[in-house]
Amino acid sequence: MIAIINYKAGNLASVSNALERLGAPHVITSELDALESADAIIFPGVGHAQAAMQSLHENNLAGWLRQTKKPLLGICLGMQLFFESSDEGDTECLGIIPGRLRLFDNANVKVPHMGWNHFSSVGNHPLLAGIDEKDYFYYVHGYYAPVTEYTIATCHYDAGFSSVVARDNFTGVQFHPEKSGANGVKLLQNFLEFAGAQTGPKNKLII
Amino acid sequence: MLAKRIIPCLDIKNGRTVKGVNFLGLRDAGDPVELATRYSMEGADELVFLDITATNEKRKTLVQLVREIARNISIPFTVGGGIQSVDEIEDLLHAGADKVSLNSSIVRDPELISRSAARFGSQCIVAAIDARSHGDNWNVYIKAGTVDTGKNVLEWCRDVARYGAGEILLTSMDRDGTKSGFDNHLLSKVAESVSIPLIASGGAGTIEHCIDAVTSGHADAILAASIFHFREIEIGDLKQAMARAGIPVRLVA
Repeated sequence: MIAIINYKAGNLASVSNALERLGAPHVITSELDALESADAIIFPGVGHAQAAMQSLHENNLAGWLRQTKKPLLGICLGMQLFFESSDEGDTECLGIIPGRLRLFDNANVKVPHMGWNHFSSVGNHPLLAGIDEKDYFYYVHGYYAPVTEYTIATCHYDAGFSSVVARDNFTGVQFHPEKSGANGVKLLQNFLEFAGAQTGPKNKLII
Repeated sequence: MLAKRIIPCLDIKNGRTVKGVNFLGLRDAGDPVELATRYSMEGADELVFLDITATNEKRKTLVQLVREIARNISIPFTVGGGIQSVDEIEDLLHAGADKVSLNSSIVRDPELISRSAARFGSQCIVAAIDARSHGDNWNVYIKAGTVDTGKNVLEWCRDVARYGAGEILLTSMDRDGTKSGFDNHLLSKVAESVSIPLIASGGAGTIEHCIDAVTSGHADAILAASIFHFREIEIGDLKQAMARAGIPVRLVA
């Protein structure tokens, strides 16, 4: 069972629809008990970093997220909140991955970075199995994450940025796999397999 | 490189697509979900659904349809047509639409843009603008192109960007339905006036027209209806040609 974290900054319907199409059983919840009994977690997010962090704190989710050992996929703002801090509202984030989010410079490019883009580099990770540099994914974001030792794929717009990150059980994508057509389906399947491998063969996440 | 987008537009009335759609192999050419799925598989980058239903019951039907579309396609889509309020926008976004397009309502109430952008983010607010030439300039028309507002298009484009629109969907009424090419003069004027993405609409007849809208008109995306519905241009062929012309596009195998 996958738990989609429900807080004020979620694009829940799209993620839920995508898992539905994959036949992956899931719940949408903000209850810690339900998150604890899930095999894997999806942490979506759209909107403002400060409002999102505030909502996580109000629901006692920030502390839980920092310490969980469950396979977890952050999407868009969800991934951004893994980092230490953001220029968006000068917000302190979860600090799972070092670095600060910055705004693209609208003197050089149109902000937000919205539309289909491909990678500049793709590393080796189960999340990226069968995915290469020329594959397009759908992005919508104004702030971008720096490239760090936990970056496993990069993209370039006004600046190079972390497109996919992974640290232990934490994985995150800047783009929206639930809106990225066949490539997005492949990435979500990869996450389900990554999560299944982490939690053992008895927990088959795809029916 | 960020890809230039190809966006088929579907007109919806009472939950069905209008304008006879000439597709081989569709079970039901009037079914927006089936048509949307087909376009998505053929490589459309986004879809726009324009509701032209003129009854009080329209919103319920539309929200239901949006929910059904969202269940079935995995690319972004925009919904437009007579949207008046933040509440309506919320219903459509919650049902699964990625963006809404606003047209007449924002001319009457420009702050609808800022109110909805503050609530849902600029990225989901598309300002749809119908432009008709008046001498050396263009005027903004509303109510499906029937009313001249007297507003200057370039000024209105700057205004909607300032109020917080995330994109402009610009339709040339002079070219709409003519298949004589996009109004690249108008497009390039708007492109240099604003720094938000510009979707070109009105006049698509050939692959060359679409390439010109990007290279001369500086459009970020191309929207068209009949050339796709009647299979005059296949999305795959269009994207191959754009790629050969050096335009970054998302090719779908």
